[in-house]
Amino acid sequence: MYIAASRTSDPAAGTDRKPALNRVSANVVALGVVSLVTDVSSEMVTAVLPLYLVLGLGLNPLQFGLLDGLYAGATAVVRVLGGHLADRWRRLKAVAGFGYGLSAVCKLGLVAAGSSVAAIGVVLAADRTGKGLRTGPRDALISLSSEPDALGRSFGVHRAMDTVGAFLGPLVAMAVLALSLGSYPSVFFTSFCVAAIAVLLLALFVKDHPGGVDRAAVSARAAFGLLKQSDFRRVTLWAALLGLVTVGDSFVYLVLQRRWEIAATYFPLLPLGTAGVYLLLAVPLGRLADRVGRWPVFLGGHVALCLALVLLCGPAALPFAVVALGLHGVFYAATDGVLMAAAGPLVPPDLRATGLAVVQTGQAVARMLSSVLFGLAWTLWDLRPAVLAATACLAAVAVAAALAKPVRP
Amino acid sequence: MKKLVLALTGTALLVAAAVTYTVGARHGTAEAGPEAQLTLAPGQLLFRDTATGRVGAVPLADPKKPQLSGLKCDRFAVAKQTAVCLAVKPGTLPAVTDVLVLDDHFAVRHTETLPGTPSRARVSPDGKRVAWTLFVTGDSYAATGFSTRAGLYEVDTGRLVKTIEELPVFAGGERYFAADTNYWGITFAPDGNRFYVTLGSKGRTYLVEGDYRRYRGKTLRENVECPSLSPDGKRVAFKKKAGDGVWRLAVLDLADMKETELAERRSVDDQALWQDDHTVLYGLDNAVWAVPADGSGTPRKLAGDAASPAVTG
Repeated sequence: MYIAASRTSDPAAGTDRKPALNRVSANVVALGVVSLVTDVSSEMVTAVLPLYLVLGLGLNPLQFGLLDGLYAGATAVVRVLGGHLADRWRRLKAVAGFGYGLSAVCKLGLVAAGSSVAAIGVVLAADRTGKGLRTGPRDALISLSSEPDALGRSFGVHRAMDTVGAFLGPLVAMAVLALSLGSYPSVFFTSFCVAAIAVLLLALFVKDHPGGVDRAAVSARAAFGLLKQSDFRRVTLWAALLGLVTVGDSFVYLVLQRRWEIAATYFPLLPLGTAGVYLLLAVPLGRLADRVGRWPVFLGGHVALCLALVLLCGPAALPFAVVALGLHGVFYAATDGVLMAAAGPLVPPDLRATGLAVVQTGQAVARMLSSVLFGLAWTLWDLRPAVLAATACLAAVAVAAALAKPVRP
Repeated sequence: MKKLVLALTGTALLVAAAVTYTVGARHGTAEAGPEAQLTLAPGQLLFRDTATGRVGAVPLADPKKPQLSGLKCDRFAVAKQTAVCLAVKPGTLPAVTDVLVLDDHFAVRHTETLPGTPSRARVSPDGKRVAWTLFVTGDSYAATGFSTRAGLYEVDTGRLVKTIEELPVFAGGERYFAADTNYWGITFAPDGNRFYVTLGSKGRTYLVEGDYRRYRGKTLRENVECPSLSPDGKRVAFKKKAGDGVWRLAVLDLADMKETELAERRSVDDQALWQDDHTVLYGLDNAVWAVPADGSGTPRKLAGDAASPAVTG
């Protein structure tokens, strides 16, 4: 039992009759609000960036792809660094706040960069760095502010709020473009203001996790030592292995579009379908994970993805597409926050940020590799064989993970 | 309580700042200088003014002091009595483009609204077909990837071909099949039937010669993008890939398939335009340039703050 968990939780929260939010600490809700507002800000920019670069600045799509892909990998490394520094300095809130602040300032950087592609590249890299730095400490704060037996619910609440922000971002961007008669700098400036609000809320309402300073325990060596601990190592490895056989979102949407001939105008609605289901199920599945065990729910999510992929290869009737999209949402709701809830208790509180960042990084790198492999399989074998092969691999690894039981329930 | 007041005050201030900036930008973008009434009278260079997005015109003989119309376009093209303007609609996500078909006094004859952002525009030399290429997001397997969609509109009959993706194409006598075909940069011959276009598939690009009436095409050559047919219909100016994101301008003689690189040494990402049978125009670094079509000479700047050149004849 961790002291932190009992400190911030409601002493009477032992009963299950209380409504969900009552059992989630105020700090988790505050972090959820900060994530919600930040996601509005970042999704605004994500929504208009391709347009701005290609139409406003005349970049060709290939250059854009390079610019975009280049920084995706960089976050992985920064994430571990952010987690480690936060643990080492015992300043989870400060490091997370720095990450949020850096990303906020970068929105102003986009305004200042004007039409210089090099400057935009630097600004985007800094923005991703900010995102990488804050993720580990933030998830550690969530996990340290929750009772160990309600971790799944806490992460569920946080991720659901986060997703609401992702929904709102493109809408706000559209409103700003309409109001400003198509001015991209207005979108960036508004995005900055929104991000600044999030930083303000973080500074005012999020409590840092205090704890005794024991620098020896959080040295770089101790951080590497985490991987020697067999429970943690197994979770990290299995999460990465599962990531390696997970078909990426964009591929799922593309298969849907190809097989069901969805018009390009409606194509961007597909991710909203996934996000909608994720939003609805994040809390219930988080609670389920608290009750029946996090690892079974995490694996169940992968089973849902398997089913979705099988449906994608089935007849091109509309209900199949709808159910497949729904299952894809279930996959996210059962895996994203639940993995953090599963891994959290395996890491001592002083190393929580580092540990969670390591798990996330392993998974993220594996998924990047999987995208490359799947793209290759698609090119070599065509779409359906590639999807079927990926499904078979995913099922095999999921069964192996179930048999190996890396986390004791 | 104090924290709540701080949070509310800060939020109110930041929201006010965002609204002020956005509304201010509205005046900036809406700011209109005098609007000239342009026509498609012969001997003009028309272009997109890159500072304002409006269509401008200068006499080809003396390209100074452009007149700007009130019409805003991202790509613009003309031939005979027909002009086409591609303009992305503000405030649409994903982007939607208005294809405006204009008569010789810039009056809108027809509007077509299609998904995507403007890339290329052309009018067939007989003025009867309008062709375009749009970038469409989210079609490709990279989430942020793009694909292109080329379509055309028959001005006389009102027939719309949203995308020529379904065009049966033959490569070396065999029907070419691939899931990832993209087309871009349509250019028509004076007869309004023969056309050329780039087919991109599996990482390669091909020059396709098409027969519009029979609706089929065949590949002629590799590594030819954004073709532009000369007024005499015998040569194709195009951009040739020299590396990632680097293209050289060249001219291909269709009779003997001989390629001539033009004197422009910089990378050009544009669909070139023939001013006449000897000179090729293109947009580069917010200016319109001219270079001889036979590989001789040096590039000459025709107009500054300009893109998407079009010539009336």
